[in-house]
Amino acid sequence: MSAHLPILQVVVPLLAAPLCAFLRNARAAAVIAVLASWATLAVALSLLGDVMSAGVISYEIGDWAPPLGIEYRVDIVNAWVLVIVSTIASVVAPYMITSVEDEVERRRIPLFHAAYLLCLAGLLGITITGDVFNVFVFLEISSLSAYALIAMGTRRRALTAAFRYLVMGTVGATFIVIGIGLLYVMTGSLNMADLAVLLPEVWDSRTVKVAYGFLGVGCCLKLALFPLHLWLPNAYAFAPSAVTAFLASTATKVAVYMLLRFFLTIFGAPFSFGVMGLDRVLLPLALAAVVTMSLVAIFQVDVKRLLAYSSVAQIGYMVLGLSFASVTGLTATLLHLFNHALMKGALFMAMGCVVYRIGSVHIDAMAGLGKRMPWTMAAFVVGGLSLVGVPLTVGFVSKWFLILGALERGWWPVAVVVLLASVLALVYVWRVVEAAYFRPAGGDEGTREAPWRLLVPTWVLVGANLYFGIGAARTARVAERAAEVLMTGVGP
Amino acid sequence: MREEVVVRVGAKILVPFIIMFALYVHFHGDYSPGGGFQAGVILAAAFVLLALVYGLEAVQRVLPPWFTRMCAALGVLIFAGVGVVTMLLGHNYLGYNALAPDPTHPEHGQHYGILLVELGVLVTVFGVMVTVFYLFAGRGRENS
Repeated sequence: MSAHLPILQVVVPLLAAPLCAFLRNARAAAVIAVLASWATLAVALSLLGDVMSAGVISYEIGDWAPPLGIEYRVDIVNAWVLVIVSTIASVVAPYMITSVEDEVERRRIPLFHAAYLLCLAGLLGITITGDVFNVFVFLEISSLSAYALIAMGTRRRALTAAFRYLVMGTVGATFIVIGIGLLYVMTGSLNMADLAVLLPEVWDSRTVKVAYGFLGVGCCLKLALFPLHLWLPNAYAFAPSAVTAFLASTATKVAVYMLLRFFLTIFGAPFSFGVMGLDRVLLPLALAAVVTMSLVAIFQVDVKRLLAYSSVAQIGYMVLGLSFASVTGLTATLLHLFNHALMKGALFMAMGCVVYRIGSVHIDAMAGLGKRMPWTMAAFVVGGLSLVGVPLTVGFVSKWFLILGALERGWWPVAVVVLLASVLALVYVWRVVEAAYFRPAGGDEGTREAPWRLLVPTWVLVGANLYFGIGAARTARVAERAAEVLMTGVGP
Repeated sequence: MREEVVVRVGAKILVPFIIMFALYVHFHGDYSPGGGFQAGVILAAAFVLLALVYGLEAVQRVLPPWFTRMCAALGVLIFAGVGVVTMLLGHNYLGYNALAPDPTHPEHGQHYGILLVELGVLVTVFGVMVTVFYLFAGRGRENS
């Protein structure tokens, strides 16, 4: 069965989704969702192990040989992203059971879990496939189910937020498919490895450059790079808490992976950095994202919105790493994919605990919560420290590599901006901490700590923040090898 | 339109042919234009026509909303299930050659495989089309 691991990665959640839709029972659907998520994690970990020791794995769908047939191709880069997505899924799925019972209409819960599993299948599919049209198909699967998940939020504004995301996301997906179409016209191939071989012959053509532009803008819309981030804050603020935790730590990460795949594997680093000058385009945008979005986050009163703006700033860090055009910079990007998933997952899950107890994440409503919900707020504090980049947390590791990459290029002003933005992050995290610990408690006296079913998954992620922050050597080694694969083009 | 005799009788005569044509488009999909998606849409159109002429309630007695929702999920299960079956038969995912009844002609499996997979597409497309129609046609009725 181990030869079939690449396809099982996608098929397990894809089969579990209709099963959930069949069931009328919320609990049974939830159990299926949890088991399927854990299965994807087991598959992803064993794929990463195989790739680290034995190199690239290729799987031919329907026994049709690539480049004609659809190929699933696992190298270190996407094995790493698969692990990120399935780790978050396996932590969020058990959390979802309790959180969703509180926030979603009871009769819709089985369908909610079905939509979640479809979204997971789509995200894993984008990551694992070696066929560019397959990327588009899975992108649509994950996006459509994400719109449905966001629309299930408790407030009515969730609907407009989901609709806005739908419009922007569809524009992004259309741009991507236009880019894919242009590449197909020029090369007659949809296979990534094959495209990477065929494209250098037609580098000079305007069609290829236009395709590059379409793919770039499409991916940047999906990953919410400033100034294309307008859909993100509302979508994250109004979605059910568990959905925010899941999407914030997976969907944008997979979009960043998509960008890396298109620009570095298919077009190749020489074309991206040499011919198109990608680094010069992305550097100012990334810096603008980091600074302006951190500033905007400081003035938010809804903590979920605050964290959403902070996510846009953190995406800026990932793109910044790419714009260094070096192995160190890419290592920072790939590390931050994982590290940011851990910290934002933990923070949004802590906010989910707050919503579960007091029904709001307005900063005033959270006054004095430090005493009433000590574990929840402690989780927020550790997650927040990680976001700032305090040593012994994962945030420090990403910033370390980022600054290393900047200094390697001799761009010390960039390193200064990264450090200044950390101070801004400290300011917005501090505002929440100040409200929770130093303001007198108002409102309901009876607010208790969140149930353990929410706290345990939250603290698993908090623990991961510390564990991978202290022992960063393992993750850094994988990220570094993945960065080398991306910079040198298609591996063996 | 419930009072229009010509429309009522005309719809009644047309519906079986529409359903027949849907099945033709599905099973003939590998020789001529067509396939599961188109067949599913045509099949759904038959019931939409009935609903327009005889009213939503009459059609929902024959084709209840829970059934169309089941169809939407069932089709995915059929499609993905075919892949799992070929995998259990020792081929790759969706390797239709595994489905050939006569092992000396494995290519015949392609025919059966594509028909089964497209059947899944038909069921899901039909289910989703009718569900979407029910939702839009039924809007505001629950309140009034």
